[in-house]
Amino acid sequence: MPARGALLHSLTAQEAGQAARARRRKRLTALLFVLPLLLFILLAFVAPIASMLWRSVHHPTVSELIPRTIAELQRWDEHGLPDEASLAVFAEELHALARKRQSGRLAEELNRAFSGMSSVVKSSARQLGRLQPEQLATDGVPTLLKAHRNWSRSEVWYAIKRAGMTYTYDYYLTALDLERHPDEGIRPRDTQIYLKLYSKTLTLALIITLLCALLGYPLSYYLASLPENRANLLLVLVLLPFWTSLLVRTTAWIALLQTNGVINSTLLASGLLDEPLEMLYTSFATVVAMTHILLPFMVLPLYSVMRGIDPSYLRAALSLGDRPLPAFARIYFPMTLPGLSAGALLVFIISVGYYITPALVGGTDGQMISNLIAFHMQSSNNWELAAALGSLLLALILLLYWVYDRFVGASNIKLG
Amino acid sequence: MNSTPAYYGFWQRLGRLLLKLGSWLVLLFLILPILVIVPLSFNSEPFFSFTEGMLTLQPEAYSLRWYQEVFTDPRWILAIKNSFIIGIFATLLSTVLGTCAAVGLAREEMPLRRFITALLLSPMIVPLIITAAGMFFFYSDFGLAGTYPGVIIAHAALGTPFVIITVTATLVGFDYSLVRAALNLGATPLRAFFDVIMPLIRPGVISGALFAFITSFDEVVVILFMAGPQQRTIPRQMFSGLREQINPSILAVATLLILTSIALLVTLELLRRRAERLRLAPAE
Amino acid sequence: MARSLTTSVSAFALTAALAMASFGAAAQDSLTVVSWGGAYGAAQKKHVVDPFQKDTGVKVLFEDYTGGVAEIKAQVESGNIQWDVVDFEVIDLERACSEGLLEELPRDFLPAGVDGTPAEQDFIPEALASECAIGNIVWSVVFAYNERTIGSVKPETIKDFFDTAKIPGKRAMRKRPQVNLEWALMADGVPPAEVYEVLATPEGQQRAFDKLASIKKDLVWFDSWSQAPQLLNDGGAVLVQSANGRFYDSIRQEKKPFVIVWDGHVYDLDAWAIVKGTPKKDLAMQFIAYATGSKPLAGMPDVAYGPTRKSSMPLADQTAAPHLPTAHLDKGIKAGSEFWADHGEALGEKFNEWLLN
Repeated sequence: MPARGALLHSLTAQEAGQAARARRRKRLTALLFVLPLLLFILLAFVAPIASMLWRSVHHPTVSELIPRTIAELQRWDEHGLPDEASLAVFAEELHALARKRQSGRLAEELNRAFSGMSSVVKSSARQLGRLQPEQLATDGVPTLLKAHRNWSRSEVWYAIKRAGMTYTYDYYLTALDLERHPDEGIRPRDTQIYLKLYSKTLTLALIITLLCALLGYPLSYYLASLPENRANLLLVLVLLPFWTSLLVRTTAWIALLQTNGVINSTLLASGLLDEPLEMLYTSFATVVAMTHILLPFMVLPLYSVMRGIDPSYLRAALSLGDRPLPAFARIYFPMTLPGLSAGALLVFIISVGYYITPALVGGTDGQMISNLIAFHMQSSNNWELAAALGSLLLALILLLYWVYDRFVGASNIKLG
Repeated sequence: MNSTPAYYGFWQRLGRLLLKLGSWLVLLFLILPILVIVPLSFNSEPFFSFTEGMLTLQPEAYSLRWYQEVFTDPRWILAIKNSFIIGIFATLLSTVLGTCAAVGLAREEMPLRRFITALLLSPMIVPLIITAAGMFFFYSDFGLAGTYPGVIIAHAALGTPFVIITVTATLVGFDYSLVRAALNLGATPLRAFFDVIMPLIRPGVISGALFAFITSFDEVVVILFMAGPQQRTIPRQMFSGLREQINPSILAVATLLILTSIALLVTLELLRRRAERLRLAPAE
Repeated sequence: MARSLTTSVSAFALTAALAMASFGAAAQDSLTVVSWGGAYGAAQKKHVVDPFQKDTGVKVLFEDYTGGVAEIKAQVESGNIQWDVVDFEVIDLERACSEGLLEELPRDFLPAGVDGTPAEQDFIPEALASECAIGNIVWSVVFAYNERTIGSVKPETIKDFFDTAKIPGKRAMRKRPQVNLEWALMADGVPPAEVYEVLATPEGQQRAFDKLASIKKDLVWFDSWSQAPQLLNDGGAVLVQSANGRFYDSIRQEKKPFVIVWDGHVYDLDAWAIVKGTPKKDLAMQFIAYATGSKPLAGMPDVAYGPTRKSSMPLADQTAAPHLPTAHLDKGIKAGSEFWADHGEALGEKFNEWLLN
């Protein structure tokens, strides 16, 4: 920049203006080339993710289902029972929901806020639904309170009040195994699930990365030491799995690891085992299959870095009397670090967010955070919690990506 | 370095031998699981493991039953057709957009170059489950979920990073004065693009397109969340097969896919050689 | 150079055009019918879906799923309806119906039986009990063992399923609380008639989970009924839970030495229902009317499931009669549809938590 500045100084104002215009035009041309894709990615990719993040804090369902109850609860001091009038409003709204077949949705929402409420809401809604509208004013509240003892608990009403907030950070609290209590503020939940799962995910990703490095480093070193055409030939054995469908590779591991699979039957036939090992549907299966799937991402950058290192450095050190291992550690290894860190970061990033393979071979104990996100998306239909868990995962990935971009450069990913 | 140099001592030789052995074990680890699938796909029983008959090489233990099933089951046929339709359109879209963007990104003058590059490459990094979940809601709002255009757009977004990377790689060291020269000589910008830039980046474009295609062809998470039964693809069909009902027709499909990837790999290798030749002898 | 570019561009354009043509073909009007795959799916394909396609010219996309209401709920709530007709286990039906996920069905669209009996009398009453669905089969959840892998002691009762001392080895169950909790209570000595009453109390639920926990380390979980025969065949488990038809089909078609234990079986109906808000409701009703006709239903005993129309039985393959759930009703209980409508959500959550810990 200073050089360019100095240059400008020596030009006339007119020339400088021209140069600036030319530069602006070049910038504009470059931008025009990029713009279509930029817009496309923003609309087709960034906007969907942003809308999902929005969902993790914006949750109007409950306040839409029982708006008047939620409004009533704003007056309540969060201790003891809400007053008779509020309860009557709730009984009325629940009665209306039961008639409209919408009580199931409320049941599900409240069950999230207070575990076990699903059946309470449903059976209470059924009992209220049997009342005639004109009976509601007199019998509504007694019927409600008689329907289940939970309606006499202030914790339940507190949970309803919180579930009724349109903007909420409660899903993030849940995603971090925390909850809000009227007196104690934010405190850990009784059941700890997600933090454990995050740490398990990171542990598994770390193990997979380490295994990839342990297997990939010597292989890349060996390949780099071969003559180029022979190395290219062997590289095919690395690239073929890389290019083979992920589902195919996962299928292969199912065939290998299952109870009556190839590995067990071989070990049984050879007499090494008396009874088959349980390998499929465990975290072991997740680790092995994912190491297999991600190993090429480690080998390719390592190999390309090692290929560029002149072997004569190491030979020189050896011929100067250095012992092989220290020479390797002091001279060669540091030179391969860029490749190693690039590969390791990439493997780690990919494995942290992996879904398919753990879903198919991991059983219950090989599940990672992505699988739980999928569970809340597809099975429990708790989309807000899925979004909150997803945002946390995304934040972690973006942090790692930033590190990767800084040290390796995002466009330097090796694709074979 | 095929033969160990003479000044290597016993330990070095041993180390070298161990290295070779270890490397071959890793290579076997990479390749064997894939090869195991092939014989299993000729199983005559509806299960996923070698039968005694197969091990003793009895001919009746082998059959083409599962291949036949794949090619007669309308669901597999639909899946195969869908995979190609979605793959081809997504590839077209991402190759055009990605190539264009790569040409722009390769220029020094590009404002916010680093940030935009990182942004455009992010579909490759963001976990698919997050992408898929986001797309499910967003595309549903626009009526695109469960439609071909929706799935194609989603897959195109996932494929563009690969095009950018491969095309950018061929543009390293490109001399833009060539384009200026062409323009000065009266070429239209489009002509300048196709006559000057295109020949150079073509290997990158083609391998980028192949990557984009395989990305779509292999993608299952977005399909799981966003596609309807109409858009069921091969990986989706395999996924539900593995989840719900393991039978060897999945292995037959897997074998076919392995053949496909071998074909792709060969194409890529030929392209690479060609690119190398071009680079060595630019004046063709 | 320029020429080869033109060639490749035109080749690509041609491919694209071809793809476009098939694209149009794939988008033609069709009905998505969702059922359970495996042997049952094959029987439905043969006796229901294929004839329907042939008779009406409507293209049917026949999909598999593994039960539950979640996928339908996601479709209805996101407004992204992909499924039209779904084969429900009645155990899930009440829940889906009470949450407004299904269309209400009239009764008058059902044809009379082949013998002329009006539909209302031809169907067994349970098949028409829900306003959201029409029952099509009676089936049952049972467990089975493999003569090849079982030891000298063979299981006879549901208690044996939970007795790892008597019969060591893995047990496989579907990864849902439904049926498993009922079995746990029956094995723990609760009389079959009182199972749902006990299970509605917190103490009863605890008791069921405790019983399950006593064999937790020996349990293998699967997602779909059709995985069960594979598990029993390859030794993945010694005792395997599944739908009776899955085992029956392996025994009959693949000649597997499986033996079904009927004690404590939980029988249920499957019923066809229509997803709320589908644009193809009329076509969907036409399909259901067809699928629950006497003749298509008469094909269901192929996989040992009982048809819900009395007029179907005379048309059916009689060899299956002793293997139908209806021949063993005294040994089992009827699945509690209303119970699971109320408690499915809470117990599902509890079950998942229990699995993870």
